[in-house]
Amino acid sequence: MEPILKGRNLVKRYGRVTALDHCDFDLMPGEILAVIGDNGAGKSSLIKAVSGAVIPDEGEVFLNGEKVSFSSPMDARDAGIETVYQTLAMSPALSITDNMFMGREIRKSGFMGKWLRQLDRAAMEKFARDKLNDLGLMTIQNINQAVETLSGGQRQGVAVARAAAFGSKVIILDEPTAALGVKESRKVLELIQDVKSRGIPIILISHNMPHVFEVADRIHVHRLGRRLCVIDPKKHTMSDAVALMTGAKEPDAQDAAA
Amino acid sequence: MSETTQSSDSYESAANRAERVAEFEQHNRGFVGRLQHILHLNPSFVPLIVLLGSILMFGLLLGSKFFSPFALTLILQQVQIVGIVAAAQSLVILTAGIDLSVGAIMVFSSVVMGQFTFRYGLPPTIAIACGLAVGTAIGALNGWLVARVKLPPFIVTLGMWQIVLATNFLYSANETIRSQDIEAQAPLLQLFGAKFDVGGAVLTVGVVFMLILVFVLAYVLKHTAWGRHVYAVGDDPEAAELSGVNVKRTLIQVYALAGLICAFAGWALIGRIGSVSPTSGQLANIESITAVVIGGISLFGGRGSILGTLFGALIVGVFTLGLRLMGADAQWTYLLIGLLIIAAVAVDQWIRKVSG
Repeated sequence: MEPILKGRNLVKRYGRVTALDHCDFDLMPGEILAVIGDNGAGKSSLIKAVSGAVIPDEGEVFLNGEKVSFSSPMDARDAGIETVYQTLAMSPALSITDNMFMGREIRKSGFMGKWLRQLDRAAMEKFARDKLNDLGLMTIQNINQAVETLSGGQRQGVAVARAAAFGSKVIILDEPTAALGVKESRKVLELIQDVKSRGIPIILISHNMPHVFEVADRIHVHRLGRRLCVIDPKKHTMSDAVALMTGAKEPDAQDAAA
Repeated sequence: MSETTQSSDSYESAANRAERVAEFEQHNRGFVGRLQHILHLNPSFVPLIVLLGSILMFGLLLGSKFFSPFALTLILQQVQIVGIVAAAQSLVILTAGIDLSVGAIMVFSSVVMGQFTFRYGLPPTIAIACGLAVGTAIGALNGWLVARVKLPPFIVTLGMWQIVLATNFLYSANETIRSQDIEAQAPLLQLFGAKFDVGGAVLTVGVVFMLILVFVLAYVLKHTAWGRHVYAVGDDPEAAELSGVNVKRTLIQVYALAGLICAFAGWALIGRIGSVSPTSGQLANIESITAVVIGGISLFGGRGSILGTLFGALIVGVFTLGLRLMGADAQWTYLLIGLLIIAAVAVDQWIRKVSG
């Protein structure tokens, strides 16, 4: 099966530091791929390289088998790759609707939209409400309430809903549960499963091993700027994963990445 | 809102809700909480109440001397310049910036309009267009320094204030162009001073321009994508950038537009004082910031409404005229304005505290 998102021989250097050292990457259609690795292993650089946030010095990225070269996150977004950043990238004082449509607002048709550039609020609110409903995030009274009045889990929910609404090909989640309590993490994990069931593949970056092992189909272990191996969470334990990550254990021959 | 009925619902539904964690639960706010919520949604509410209250107060104290169409429209005439400049200031402050050069841009633009007409003999229309272009260019330069060179807005505009003001005095050689000369040779420059009577109320073109400007900007800020981007940039520029807003371009556009509006204020200034004077409008930057702050726009950016700025400017106008009519020392006005500024910022801080 052809990977939906593929990186080959990616290299990224920052001065003397090599963040990515001829790294490969594969995301299969419909799967949840977790990316784990110690701090400084180059997880973020890898994700940034495939989502357009940094331009790799060497190597190629393929989306659906076609070579792509993103020069900004916007390029990647236009190609159907949505990223939920750890900071969520939402404006706290603005409403849920405003945030969902930031940078891709819907304008009214006809004179009001074309000449007075008026936004179609009704359409945007309906869309936002539908998307939150889809993901079971709705006992919401007011789609126009400011994001800062939501709890951490609710904000994460809105950010994921935004990504799911617009991300047609790939969704990247950067530490989605890091800032959340136990109950809220649970809800977000359900949300991730829910998005997966819609057939959209997900890249999940996380430090939380129980969460990774719960939702991931495959686990990409990143070490020293490259893919050390890809393991199946059903065949390995969490301590295996941690041992691989930290270099305490060598990967098995069949798992090791070329 | 069904907040009260919600709380009287059975306990069962509340227990169920506890499991669905990431949902949007309604919670019962008290009166204070609800007031905070309303103010959060409508930040121009406070200045509106203060404005109506102060009009009522002076109306009761002074009777028809104050509460007449003539006196009330006199306030509008007196605040028109500050009102226009404050509209420009509002845009900049919404992006979490500040523009100390607004007054200097205004005066220099008016000097360009006057000198181009009288020194070079250009037709007034061309001279006015040049003045507007100069204002826009200075604003764009401010924006470029803030957005591209990443200098703090306070420093950029503090420097620009001095530069533009000095240029203004050097270029004009400190000469005033007399009102009679303008009236005789280029009446177009005084267009904004043209008065018309509406049943005892005296309006000028400048007043009408200020009101239309504020309403147009209010529409743009609330109902267009660009307006939403201005708020997003002021709220959290990084988040805005990641969401696909071109932060740098938006900032440069905001400062350039502010410059253009200030140039219009310069044109209106000629109408207001009749002459072109390089020494006028020295306090416009402080007065405009005062109006914006009293109007409830947050100095931290991203919060507030430009209608609040109009109310803020009018509050200052009402106090100034009211106290003068009462025969009070002008210092009382400043004292009260000072209190209002501090109170307004305190309210802003309170509104911003909206966790959960």
